[in-house]
Amino acid sequence: MSLILAITIGALYAIGTYALFDRFLSRIIIGLALLGHGSVLMLLFAGGTPNEPPFADSSISPEEFADPLPQALALTAIVITFGVLVFLLAVSYRSWTLTHDDEVEDDLEDARLASDDRVSHSVERELSALDEDLEER
Amino acid sequence: MSHSRRTMLLETGADLIVPTVMVFSLYLLFAGHNQPGGGFIAGLVAGAGLAVRTLAADPDGEPEPVWASESLMGLGLLLATATAIASWFAGGQLLESGSVVWNLPILGKVKIFSVLAFDMGVFLVVVGLVVAVLNGLGTSVENEGDVAGTQPR
Amino acid sequence: MRVLIALPILIPMTASAITLLTMRTGRLQRAVSIGASAATLAASVALLVRIEAEGVTAVGVGGWAPDVGIALVADLFACLLLVVSHIAIFSVLVYSVGHPRTRDSGTVFHPLYLAMTAGVSLAFLTGDLFNLFVAFEILLTASYALLTLGGRREQIRPAMTYIVISLVASLLFITAIGLIYAATGTVNLAKLAVELEQLPGDVRTALGLLLLVVFGTKAAVFPLFFWLPDSYPTAPSPVSAVFAGLLTKVGVYAIIRSQTLLFPRDEPWWLLSIVAGTTMFIGVLGAVAQQDMKRILSFHIVSQIGYMIMGVALFSVAGVAAAIFYLMHHIPVKTSLFLLEGIVEQTAGSSRLDRVSGIARSRPVVAALFMIVAMSLAGIPPLSGFIGKFALLQASVEDDQWIIVVVALVVSILTLFSMTKIWNAVFWGQPSTGLAPLASNVDSHRSMLAATAGLVMLTLAIAAGAGPLYDLSERAATDLLIRGPYLDAIFSL
Repeated sequence: MSLILAITIGALYAIGTYALFDRFLSRIIIGLALLGHGSVLMLLFAGGTPNEPPFADSSISPEEFADPLPQALALTAIVITFGVLVFLLAVSYRSWTLTHDDEVEDDLEDARLASDDRVSHSVERELSALDEDLEER
Repeated sequence: MSHSRRTMLLETGADLIVPTVMVFSLYLLFAGHNQPGGGFIAGLVAGAGLAVRTLAADPDGEPEPVWASESLMGLGLLLATATAIASWFAGGQLLESGSVVWNLPILGKVKIFSVLAFDMGVFLVVVGLVVAVLNGLGTSVENEGDVAGTQPR
Repeated sequence: MRVLIALPILIPMTASAITLLTMRTGRLQRAVSIGASAATLAASVALLVRIEAEGVTAVGVGGWAPDVGIALVADLFACLLLVVSHIAIFSVLVYSVGHPRTRDSGTVFHPLYLAMTAGVSLAFLTGDLFNLFVAFEILLTASYALLTLGGRREQIRPAMTYIVISLVASLLFITAIGLIYAATGTVNLAKLAVELEQLPGDVRTALGLLLLVVFGTKAAVFPLFFWLPDSYPTAPSPVSAVFAGLLTKVGVYAIIRSQTLLFPRDEPWWLLSIVAGTTMFIGVLGAVAQQDMKRILSFHIVSQIGYMIMGVALFSVAGVAAAIFYLMHHIPVKTSLFLLEGIVEQTAGSSRLDRVSGIARSRPVVAALFMIVAMSLAGIPPLSGFIGKFALLQASVEDDQWIIVVVALVVSILTLFSMTKIWNAVFWGQPSTGLAPLASNVDSHRSMLAATAGLVMLTLAIAAGAGPLYDLSERAATDLLIRGPYLDAIFSL
């Protein structure tokens, strides 16, 4: 079982990291979800060999228990990554309603600092929109 | 137009499913100490029930009353911290669990753990959160782009 | 004692629940929030006094054996940071009552802010690696929501960067915890300190580096800092002030705690020295290039983190003591700089250097306060920054680390240059016309100014009481490096 679990963890990390480098936010979020599953499995994996469920049945001696601590930690980690991912989804939905664009934009300040002729027209439009926002404030 | 936006299947299904889901979530809440379950899962199951209820609601009918989701969350968090502190007054460590055995008329011997109160707090927080999300999705977020001063492109 | 250690966590947590219940009553909610913050501060001061007299103390939680359950540990280092942090948190809360962007959206602001406070306290007090992860998540999750408060267009994209980066760091943290548990079979910090020494050297180094990357991302050290100058400036001023003052410092705390307790060394670590030098240099270069007050200050956060890491990298009592002193000086200075920026923005309608000028004439008190903290940041005697930098340089010279001494001096001059740039553009000259002030409410200005002035007074007090404070830092550093008291406190549970 160890080998299959190890390969699964490795695959989850690899796919997650690959998806993280995408320019589309939805894929970044999927990548984060996969990375999250990978790291939670890693926590479980850290508990060593799987055994009888701990504390469930008083006829099983403690020596045959699986290590319960990583299971508790994994549960906590699942809840936390789940919560943050859902928040991230909400923020990206908000971003989509504001811009109708799922693509991660180039950094505006980088563009501002770069030389003028390299600033594309779309970036210039973004910059003027930003300035208007600032003025409204 | 209004009749075409209602689905009889979902509405009838929801009437059957929602009570069952609610009872199941209560079962999970109480079973949580020794068996699979607990406040978080119970809260999520109850939240799923509420979500089905919301989906099945008549889109053109009277809007559902907006529940005070923040009060649910506040009560839950307060209950959880109160349970954590209560163990000091029982002479234990912070968050330490205790139990009482009650002999109830029909149920027989029932062992109640103080963790149950903590789980109920978690349950309330999760349900409050789901209600908050459902309320948030109910107000059409799509139109807020205009409010924020930028036209969707 | 067992009650006192948990109070800085429990008070804000309970208050967070109460502020949720009092959402619809603005005034009552604010009163609960400020009262709870003051009570938390009082509890941390009481804790510091007790710990100073009695030494490191640990308390078990949940009635489990200490190696399975969680222990809360208070030592001098944690208590000093706890007190300074809660002073900053309290001041920002008073300030936020007057600030329009947090006053109006105040209903969700207070529960989130208090939850973040609880997370900060827990991070300082926990004696358990996984619990440290939970503490980070509490304060980060609250910070995500605070950062996106209002959901404006210019906030969303930088907030996404911040959330994604933090989440990746958190997932790496889980991975690190999993690997550490697989190698040692515990997550208790004291037991880890013993168990990690039994491991082969290369495994130990790998685990240490993994944790350094995790905490380095949270602390925004080079090369993991790029998310910070983008995301912090878009939040409402009180929020970015408390982020700037505190959140990265919790990362620095975690670096100091993990590197001294779990991976101790006898001599300076070249890798950490290089990280420190590049962090402060790249950070200040970024600041010099910027044209917006908030962005300049954000790059200075990065630069200043370098100084703290520089002290830790020495792994000597003098170095770590100087780093602790620098942390204590930096929290109020950085927070008050951002608060002053908020007042400038309220007065002049912008924080861009080319749009604002002449604040010194229209708001002389604000200008004077800015002068004090800016000079303190740059390290001009006799202010607190000078004492902190002097201690750091002296400690480096003792260990013959000349390169980092030169880098630190150059960075100091560049910091002074960019502070002068802000002063010349924003405070000097004729008052700018054309941009309307955003707030006309004099009362709200008064609470903002009072809170800021209080923090500036604190930095002056740190300079005036530098002798005794430095002695305390030295004792805290000694405890950290000999490790014995911390381990004994947990093992004797």
